[in-house]
Amino acid sequence: MRCGLETGQPLANARAICPELMVFDADEVADAKILDDIADWCDRFTPLVALDPPHGLFLDITGCAHLFGGEAALLRMICGALTRHGFFVSAAIASTSVCARTLTRGSPGRIVKDGEEAEAVNPLPVSTLGADAAITTGLRRAGLKTIGDVAARAPYEITARFGGDFTTRLAHALGEGDAPISPRKPLPDYIVEKRFAEPVTTENVISITLSQLAHMLVAAMGKQGKGARRLEAGFFRTDGAVRAIVVDTGQPATKAQVIDRLFRERLEALNDPLDPGFGFDLIRLSASRTEIVVQQQRDLDANVHDNDKLADLIDRIAARIGGRRVIVHLPQDTHIPERAVWAAPAQHHLTASAQAAWPARAESEPPLRPLRLFEKPEPIKVPFATVPDGPPHHFTWRRAVHAVVRAEGPERIAMEWWKQDGEVLTRDYFRIEDEAGLRFWIYRDGLYGSELVTEEGKPAPANWFVHGLFA
Amino acid sequence: MMSARMSTLASLRGDIERLEAHGDGYAPNKVALGHAGADATLRGGLAAATVHEVFSAGHQSAAATGFIAGLAGRLAPRRPLVWVRQDFSEIELGALSMSGWAELGLDPRCVVSVRAADVDTALRTAADALACDAVGAVVLELWGEVRQLDLTASRKLTLAAQASGVTGLLLRVAAQPLPSTAESRWIVRAAHSPPAAPLTLAAPGSAWGAPVFDAELVRNRHGPLGRWIMEWKCDECLFGEPAAYPQPVAAAPTHRPHQATIRAKQRRAG
Repeated sequence: MRCGLETGQPLANARAICPELMVFDADEVADAKILDDIADWCDRFTPLVALDPPHGLFLDITGCAHLFGGEAALLRMICGALTRHGFFVSAAIASTSVCARTLTRGSPGRIVKDGEEAEAVNPLPVSTLGADAAITTGLRRAGLKTIGDVAARAPYEITARFGGDFTTRLAHALGEGDAPISPRKPLPDYIVEKRFAEPVTTENVISITLSQLAHMLVAAMGKQGKGARRLEAGFFRTDGAVRAIVVDTGQPATKAQVIDRLFRERLEALNDPLDPGFGFDLIRLSASRTEIVVQQQRDLDANVHDNDKLADLIDRIAARIGGRRVIVHLPQDTHIPERAVWAAPAQHHLTASAQAAWPARAESEPPLRPLRLFEKPEPIKVPFATVPDGPPHHFTWRRAVHAVVRAEGPERIAMEWWKQDGEVLTRDYFRIEDEAGLRFWIYRDGLYGSELVTEEGKPAPANWFVHGLFA
Repeated sequence: MMSARMSTLASLRGDIERLEAHGDGYAPNKVALGHAGADATLRGGLAAATVHEVFSAGHQSAAATGFIAGLAGRLAPRRPLVWVRQDFSEIELGALSMSGWAELGLDPRCVVSVRAADVDTALRTAADALACDAVGAVVLELWGEVRQLDLTASRKLTLAAQASGVTGLLLRVAAQPLPSTAESRWIVRAAHSPPAAPLTLAAPGSAWGAPVFDAELVRNRHGPLGRWIMEWKCDECLFGEPAAYPQPVAAAPTHRPHQATIRAKQRRAG
């Protein structure tokens, strides 16, 4: 800029103006990443931050500006901080997002009051609207140099020549109508935060702050009878880095101690611990998902109490090792053994699992399903079966040979052809006991005669698998 | 001389007994297993609110898993059971199947499984679960030799179990017993299920396959040792002597064919 260069100039021209110019390839991924990081940092001003790629950000500061000393002070603060980090910033405040963006390109640093948008954007060149290059060129060729020139024409003329989208954009820039921005993150239901004049670094202060925030959050939610299902703690470092830590709960959390404890478990178990660097100057706790709490009678029913304690335990374990690692089991309506049970996250399905209806077992029968089931059936070597459809005489599994002493079957399980594409083979399951007393559940993939044939119509060899082990 | 030595021994034994008696008298809550011989040796049954170890002989754990499932079913019927295991153990030994669990006559609704990435996490999770008195029993499944499970870790688990009244069960596969504070230690092998019918598919009534274990009690802090063949009775949810006959039920009525025959036919057809 200082040498008279402009964005979008051909490289040869730029070199002619400024011979010592250094050239780099654009790294779009890194640009997007840095924009994202800046957006994270902007979260401290407002929860509604939207990306405007390739290098813009929208901040909805409705109701936030007074917290930072007014709009002018906020604008100065943001520009100053980003400039200190080495970015070139141009920012503006207006009542519509398109108008503000137009101003950042035409007259940065401006704050436009409600109703004065047209006046502010009229003298700006049409290129600041950020429309397609074709439209901008077309407007210039038509002799419409400024936004005011375009606005002076009747809208139907513009629409006929440049399309409806451009007319809408123009109207928004002039403050006639507004389009909502799409924030990066959904707006949390409740936010509490603490700012520090002096950045904090010690673990002690951080944990005390978190528990104070938890109390504040619980008080705010309690007034409306809500409990938090998902909590997010945001740690804003002085150097701009932001770390967010999320904790889920199975039941709505209504106690500060519970929230405090969950975060302590989570922070302890982090793979890359919280790095305060030069200190955090803002710690924020938000409840991004809340539910209405149903008050239960607690003193008389010991069962309710026990369920609460179990849910608490599950929450604590899940906070430390992840919600997908704590599971309950739900029966599924299928014959296929590996899909008969669904391992569901315990936090969300504890009640459902307690009420699940499992198929009843047949009285005075030995177990018909194995206690240990391999997720992926393991192939075994079977030299031959006594009869084509019968169980094997002996087989090799994991390099050990097992002689079959007793066998029962087949239990024929057909695959769900109505759900799958392509050919699926029917399985013949056998319960097997070997000479050491180990009990296996093995199957042959495919039926002899009908499914196991080669293309020439000859019988094909069968594949055998161990699917489970009986107790 | 001899009597003096004996009395010294006796007094030392008394001291140890007092040390181990946790101050106010050791009177654990015992749960009968159902197997007469084992219950007699254990003086009434397996002690609750402490930790028991079950080692699997060999590298396959299905028998030991079944035995532990039975113990958990006896110790805490209809109460939540937390089963903690490593990711690796699931690949090596197979996942715990709730269909199979239900087939043993146990309630799959009570089971909460925790998959821990490593041993440290598994131990810590088990200790947490043991400290929660809403849980009926906690099973910790560990594969291979585990350096982290030393005397200190074992003591932690035992203390947590005593404080909360929850019973801890350790399932160890492919591991050698090491000193620990467990109340009892078992080595479990698979045993042949009755009867010894020959390999004939057409043999009617060959309803074999009941879970039978060869359970050896190799450590018992408060009593003698023993070794028994036990069968888990799925219908009664009890351990017992293995049945001599495949169907130890009431005599079949003469005017109707034998139940087992019909059932065997149905099963083959299904």
